Amino acid sequence: MAYNLKEAAKRPERLTGGHRMCAGCGAPVVVRQILRAIKPEDHAVIGSATGCLEVTTFMYPYTAWKDSFIHNAFENSAASVSGAEAAYVALKRRGKIEGDTKFIAFGGDGGTYDIGLQSLSGAMERGHDMVYVCYDNGAYMNTGIQRSSATPKYADTTTSPAGKKIPGKQQWRKDLTEVIVNHNIPYVAQTAAIGNMKDLYEKAEKAIYTKGPAFMNVLAPCPRGWQYNTPDLMEINKLAVETCFWPLYEVIDGKYIVNYIPKTKLPVKDFLKAQGRFKHIFKAGNEYMIEDIQTEVDKRWQALLKLAGQA
Amino acid sequence: MAIKDRMSGNEALAIAMKQINPDVVAAFPITPSTEVPQYFSTFVADGTVDTEFVAVESEHSAMSACIGAQAAGGRAMTATSANGLALMWECLYIASSSRLPIILACVNRTLSGPLNIHNDHSDSMGARDSGWIQLYSENNQEAYDNMLMANRIAEHLDVMLPVMVCQDGFITSHAVENIELVEDDKVKAFVGQYNPENYLLNRETPIAVGPLDHFTHCFEHKRQQSQGMMNAKKVILEVSAEFEKMTGRKYGLFEEYMTEDAEVVAVILNSTAGTAKFVIDQMRAEGKKVGLIKPRVFRPFPVDEMVAALSKFKAIAIMDKADSFNAAAGPLFTEITSALYAKGVFGPKVINYIYGLGGRDVKTNDIEFVYNELFKIASTGKVDSVYNYLGVRE
Amino acid sequence: MSSKKELKTVAIDVKWRDITEGGMIPYAGNAHLFKTGDWRSMMPVWNTEKCKQCLLCFPVCPDSSILVSEEGSMTGIDYDHCKGCGVCVKACPFKALDFVEESK
Repeated sequence: MAYNLKEAAKRPERLTGGHRMCAGCGAPVVVRQILRAIKPEDHAVIGSATGCLEVTTFMYPYTAWKDSFIHNAFENSAASVSGAEAAYVALKRRGKIEGDTKFIAFGGDGGTYDIGLQSLSGAMERGHDMVYVCYDNGAYMNTGIQRSSATPKYADTTTSPAGKKIPGKQQWRKDLTEVIVNHNIPYVAQTAAIGNMKDLYEKAEKAIYTKGPAFMNVLAPCPRGWQYNTPDLMEINKLAVETCFWPLYEVIDGKYIVNYIPKTKLPVKDFLKAQGRFKHIFKAGNEYMIEDIQTEVDKRWQALLKLAGQA
Repeated sequence: MAIKDRMSGNEALAIAMKQINPDVVAAFPITPSTEVPQYFSTFVADGTVDTEFVAVESEHSAMSACIGAQAAGGRAMTATSANGLALMWECLYIASSSRLPIILACVNRTLSGPLNIHNDHSDSMGARDSGWIQLYSENNQEAYDNMLMANRIAEHLDVMLPVMVCQDGFITSHAVENIELVEDDKVKAFVGQYNPENYLLNRETPIAVGPLDHFTHCFEHKRQQSQGMMNAKKVILEVSAEFEKMTGRKYGLFEEYMTEDAEVVAVILNSTAGTAKFVIDQMRAEGKKVGLIKPRVFRPFPVDEMVAALSKFKAIAIMDKADSFNAAAGPLFTEITSALYAKGVFGPKVINYIYGLGGRDVKTNDIEFVYNELFKIASTGKVDSVYNYLGVRE
Repeated sequence: MSSKKELKTVAIDVKWRDITEGGMIPYAGNAHLFKTGDWRSMMPVWNTEKCKQCLLCFPVCPDSSILVSEEGSMTGIDYDHCKGCGVCVKACPFKALDFVEESK
């Protein structure tokens, strides 16, 4: 069925208000859309790594999750949910439970790109029928905005500060989506919360209802870490996509599809300028940084288009 | 009618797991526990069990998957040793504090470093504050029996804590000895089904597990967890009594060997207790009044019973196959002497021997030496040194 | 799926014998009882005349505070939970949400 926001809005809300996420946080916006793609009659077991999402949505005695939820530790969201999925398979086989349950593990870029990479890789390789969603806010936000391997180059973070000698993070972002594509799982998607959420919702639906492991990498802007005013969330998401900093694409059984090619590709500086974490690269003498970033964005974008045969 | 067989300690564990047929086994290989998931994988591949076997990519993920599976409502089991146990360290604490009755077979091996694949107790001793029930096994029979009782203990509503069944790596895990197995249907009836009230897969009542628990409520959760461990002693004895009815094999909190009229005793865990029994038999033949106490239940620590059993002896050697590196004494010594002191028992002279580290072989003359030292202490009343090493080249 | 049970929680002064075992909570979605509306310093105000019911404000709210009926129409704002982030205000293409200082 083609995506329709009004129809989607009729579905039950699976993440209630009353959680403690910062005002304007990009993560719960992502989570709400993904959960909405679960059929109303289906039960879900949701897992989350330690991080912003988890500490704010399950702070004893309150849970914002309408479904079953498990938090274990920081690096093992994938392993924990894979264990729950294994129990489901066994119990269903033994006739002890009925009905369809969907398994979705969430992790921030910290708990996914870095400390959780092994656990994620193992779960994907083993073929569990589950979805792993990384909400990528580009740093270890929950512990105070420390750099992760998902932090963009030159970004100011608390462990890669834009200092007098070293101007922010010195390494390029790791391309985790590609790492997971190379696990040869049925469905991988990179998406963001833009417009009426069609891209995010449809990809979530595909991920959840494709049998086997699925992975979604979703941009989740953080107003505190990225240093922008809270109302600008959707604008920031849009700029990330329109500058091709965050391409929207899927890999279905190994076949690449770039879902959105901007008619007018915006210069990456439009995206960078909107965030205070990059303000130092707009100082005189730092023009090379912007050029650097633009070259890298273009390189990765062209490589992606080539993979998809859409160059 | 028991089934007489002979097998290694690892195979015995695997057979117990086969008979229990849990919902999920998530395991990662590490010497010397590797054979357990190997044997079990064969059962899975042959369809002898219908367990979901999760070949995880690390021990941390093994315990993580067990936590997910148990929280989901299934029975989860795993096996590991040494650094495998160490790697899942934070998850051990999470499993017990989340009150998940997971079963782990710990085939004792020394923790790195240096790297060493042989037996000592530094791994399970290192986890003694993790909130897991710990049962120690002298041989393959005890390991098998403890495994059969583990689920009943763990899943008891007054307990709801995970259980670690320990046995010595290589010494008993790889040695083929005689064993009496229990029939499949008897095991099934004894172990029963796992039917938790709250579980992730409950569609009617979804639950949330693993909160951020601030200081407003955290302490109450920990106190409640502690109660589970306190209740475990009674439950262990009840389950063991039921097990005795089924098999004729009696298990308590510890075994007392030739202690009725002993003057001096050694306190020893796992297989070295077997060596000690041989030495005791020899020395008794010479008229020497020696005895042994072999703890089975280390967690919960049976303070009252241990003190009652030890208070009458003149001299006691507590043997630790693990060092706390605290410049004071090994873990078993520390727990026992603190129990004696707390209960106002000052009679016996108590000394500590750190022995067998890194799999250093423990010979009968080592044990003889210990008893002879104890006799000297018993007659002179003097202790020259409390914290001693046995079997290291000085 | 959605539990029609009444939302319950655990008292702040609950004694250890009565607390839920292992920190588990069997009251899914009870965070709804926790009001975050007092976090606001700015608040969105819905202008029903300008509103075209496009629903673009609905999915962008981090706090699920844009209320939508079973027929799929926006019916208002949940001020018990709205944190005043202003994302909905900017997302509305018809300027049907005003962003004003929180009235005490």
